[in-house]
Amino acid sequence: MSQGSLLLKMELRSNPETLCVVRDALGKLAETLGFPETECRAVVLAVDEALTNIIRHAYQGQTERPIEASFRRIQVARDGLSKPALEIVLEDRGIRVNAQKLCGRPLEEIRSGGLGLHFMRESMDAVEFRRRWGRNQLRMVKLLRTADQAKGY
Amino acid sequence: MLQISARHLDKTTILDVSGDIDLASTPEFRKAALRELRELRTPRVLLNLTAVRYIDSSGVASLVEALKASRDLGSRLILFGLSSAVREVLQLSKLVRVFEIRDTEEQAVAP
Repeated sequence: MSQGSLLLKMELRSNPETLCVVRDALGKLAETLGFPETECRAVVLAVDEALTNIIRHAYQGQTERPIEASFRRIQVARDGLSKPALEIVLEDRGIRVNAQKLCGRPLEEIRSGGLGLHFMRESMDAVEFRRRWGRNQLRMVKLLRTADQAKGY
Repeated sequence: MLQISARHLDKTTILDVSGDIDLASTPEFRKAALRELRELRTPRVLLNLTAVRYIDSSGVASLVEALKASRDLGSRLILFGLSSAVREVLQLSKLVRVFEIRDTEEQAVAP
């Protein structure tokens, strides 16, 4: 993983009841970093959906399994410039997750499920899955934009 | 903490929902909405989402399931009072147009 400055590290259990705690903490963190309100909500949604996927798919509903979440401020190269960003890494020890399977449903059809990964990809600038040393590792990056940049000005 | 209460007006039920609709609370939300539609056969179910500050994909999936149930049963499901957070998630799902959405309760109650 990258060598950015560590802002927050959380050791969680795979209990759905803890999701609201993570959302509140992450919302405050994103706000403190200077993300506009809509971008804060996007980051929170992506992380919440990622944790939901871990609980439902990697741990298949077990509520006492470990999840590690780390949040770093990093610099990423974009358009020839170095830009500030928030990097989020989630690790679990559950079964291997097939990302293709998670997003295998067309959104055009009215049907439930399959939306979580779509939300993550739409909300973040990068979403990368990998399996390492028996763990699922999910890395997500969100570029820090000003309110005007987020609106596309 | 999710809270749901019901108000009954003639052939309409308004479900006032408050809190977060997420993996932990979606089963309760889904159960309440489907009970009104499938068990009680309420002709019109209005979901007051004014006090819902967060909804995730499992919550959206439950809304879709309730919408399907309403269509199957010939009843109506109307959402109103969506916060920016809820509206953004529905727009992101690209399903926002399939729902009947009103700004206020007055508009939602109107025939």
